[in-house]
Amino acid sequence: MSDMIYTLQDFMTHTKGVVYILAVSYLIGFTAFWCFLFRRDKKED
Amino acid sequence: MSTSRRSFLKWVAGAGIAVAVPKSVQAHDHFEGYADSYGVLHDASLCIGCRSCEAACHEVNDLPAPEKPFDDKSVLNTIRRTDDTNYTVVNKYKEGPPPKNGVFRKQQCNHCKEPACASACFVGAFTKSPEGAVVYDESVCVGCRYCLIACPFNVPTYTYDDALTPKVMKCTMCLPRVKEGKLPGCVEACPMEALTFGKREDLITIAKERMRKHPDRYINHIYGENEVGGTNWLYISEEPFEELGMRTDLGITPAPELTSGALAMVPVIIGMWPVLLGGIYVINRRKDIIAKKEKEDAVAEMKAVTTAEGEEKVKKAKEQALKQQGFAVKREVKKALEEAAKAKDENQNGEEAK
Amino acid sequence: MSDQAVKKSLFTPFNIIAALIILGGIPIAIMRFTQGLGAVTNLDHTNPWGIWIGFDLLTGVALAAGGYVTAAAVELFGMKKFHAAVRPAILTGFLGYSLVVFALLFDVGRPWRLPYPFMVNQGVTSIMFEVGACVGLYLTVLFLEFSPAALEWLGLKKIRKVVVRLTILLTVFGVVLSTLHQSSLGAMYLIVPSKLHPLWYSSYLPVFFFVSSIAAGLSMVIFESTMSHRNFHDKMDAHHIEASRHVTFGFGRAAALVLAGYFAVKVFGLALGNHWDLLFTGYGFWYQLELIGFVAFPCFLYALGVRDKNAKIIKFAAFWTVLGIVLNRLNISFFCFNYHLPASERYTPHWMEIGISLFVITIGLVVYKFIVTKMPILHQHPDYPEEH
Ligand code: SF4
Ligand code: SF4
Ligand code: SF4
Repeated sequence: MSDMIYTLQDFMTHTKGVVYILAVSYLIGFTAFWCFLFRRDKKED
Repeated sequence: MSTSRRSFLKWVAGAGIAVAVPKSVQAHDHFEGYADSYGVLHDASLCIGCRSCEAACHEVNDLPAPEKPFDDKSVLNTIRRTDDTNYTVVNKYKEGPPPKNGVFRKQQCNHCKEPACASACFVGAFTKSPEGAVVYDESVCVGCRYCLIACPFNVPTYTYDDALTPKVMKCTMCLPRVKEGKLPGCVEACPMEALTFGKREDLITIAKERMRKHPDRYINHIYGENEVGGTNWLYISEEPFEELGMRTDLGITPAPELTSGALAMVPVIIGMWPVLLGGIYVINRRKDIIAKKEKEDAVAEMKAVTTAEGEEKVKKAKEQALKQQGFAVKREVKKALEEAAKAKDENQNGEEAK
Repeated sequence: MSDQAVKKSLFTPFNIIAALIILGGIPIAIMRFTQGLGAVTNLDHTNPWGIWIGFDLLTGVALAAGGYVTAAAVELFGMKKFHAAVRPAILTGFLGYSLVVFALLFDVGRPWRLPYPFMVNQGVTSIMFEVGACVGLYLTVLFLEFSPAALEWLGLKKIRKVVVRLTILLTVFGVVLSTLHQSSLGAMYLIVPSKLHPLWYSSYLPVFFFVSSIAAGLSMVIFESTMSHRNFHDKMDAHHIEASRHVTFGFGRAAALVLAGYFAVKVFGLALGNHWDLLFTGYGFWYQLELIGFVAFPCFLYALGVRDKNAKIIKFAAFWTVLGIVLNRLNISFFCFNYHLPASERYTPHWMEIGISLFVITIGLVVYKFIVTKMPILHQHPDYPEEH
């Protein structure tokens, strides 16, 4: 039963939860990516 | 009760996101709710306002006895709402002829199919159980009372006078009893069979059957069939529902749908804002760096030109150059800069190629 | 300072009034936590949110928007001439949010459980979950953004250097988090179409809240710079006094534009809801007063002040905009909430609720005063010229 979703409420609990985890990882990942992208520039300055 | 709390983390923890993705029973994100869930049909035309259900509810839920006993009919003279001492109240909305002596309706949690209280609670204290009941878990409740705000029927209440362990109070549809195979306390106690417990689908059939048999008696509407996405507690009545203190302007949109759009914007902002803001920052920094270099170069140039002249004059010229930053100078400087950059790039490329 | 001077500076009218309010608030606070919410509030089951939410939370957060608005303008949009305004704005933002959280401790039933939504069970479908997460994170960001001032005061140069390097990252995070929670405070009311008056209920609520928070932030920065000019003139260096002029005109122009946009989306929302007919009811006139008197009017005033180079008009417009934001937030949480119920079932604040609100605000003012007098907020620290 627990791996079936019957209500919109439960569907949202699941999907929004996953999205929150992804969003936080993205923020961390984006920061790292930013540094990777601009590190050369900084050295030149 | 905490085991019945639905938590996405538990799903995830079960087997990792990839494996544990729960399947939706309906395609296209349309959810019909638990198919075999239970509910109660309240036929207001049969209700005589005896308050036996209130008494039974207090008993099965161990609620404190009220000031006035349940057989004190004077209570019915004022319209009451549920408060923190009870889960259900019966009100008299109209005077009427004997034997009923009025028009009554019982109110309690309607056990919405898509509960607003559950959607609103930021600690997930409410769960729609497969049996149909919406149950509250005191052990996690923070007491923000957003559920009271969100419920379109004004059902949940809060024990404001409790300093240390205040909590939300709300009808449980007697879930523990239902799980034992018993009837909810109020249903069992009703002497008029104004309350019928059963599968929600069956209750709708029963309601329609009654309406078909007595078309002149009932308003042709099952309250709760579609209201706010449908509720497990259903009502039929011989009086218009507005006159029974029920709102008929609630619409059929389930609560989670009201907020899903706004919630969907959250990841968009998280995704795009850093890109936009970062981009703007980079553009402005470029501008600053170029401006700074232009200024320095212009100054240097001026210095070279005027070294032969007196100190006094140098200063003045410098100032002027700074102020004017003549277009020609700028262009020259820019060109030189670009060339330098190119040379540098080429150098670098050359080096990398090696 | 001689003893006498110390005495004199302690017994100023501000200090005396502040002391009285705080002393008065303590017994109410004790009552709240020993006898429950019921003893000090007029909250009931139909009106579960009072001024602690409507004023302290909704209005407080909007008025603390100056921090992210100023930081974004200077650090990201490259408006360096407002640089001197960043620190005071960040400080008021940080204090504002701290006070909001402090006030929440009084409002929620079991404040010690406030981490539960994040640590124990995540109610991710709730807009409030997102508000809570963002406010919590943003408070941390503000703390870090503010910390260089405190570190300069304490003379901790090394840590300060590390934090300063993070400025851009913090600013971007601050804007993301602010966008999210400012708008979500409006989105919290999306779930009550049946309780909030249709003129105020709109699927645009999050947009309204976000856009108006920018106007609120800009206006608060102008308003604050006026106030600190008046009260802390001796703490300001020439650099900051000069910047304060820039801020008044620059932010005034920005506020005029933002208010114009805000006015437009409000009208679009009205059109999308097709509620024109309601405009000429009692609530409709109240709505018109808000929209014309407290959005269009200050927008016009700002424009006038900027064109005529009249700082006085701009300062008045800032004050008027702030009032308008207060009115809007109170309309949504209080005046137009449960509009369909008879007056007897509506909420009016208990005097002790107002007492706690004053108590919280006063604590904020006292802390602000302390920090501004001790730390390099309105002037540069001699050891770190040209940097901040
Ligand atoms: S009636 Fe109210 S309390 Fe009951 S389930 Fe629906 S939203 Fe929740
Ligand atoms: S009061 Fe408790 S149950 Fe209601 S929304 Fe807040 S945390 Fe959830
Ligand atoms: S279902 Fe149970 S809890 Fe709900 S009103 Fe009836 S007796 Fe009370």
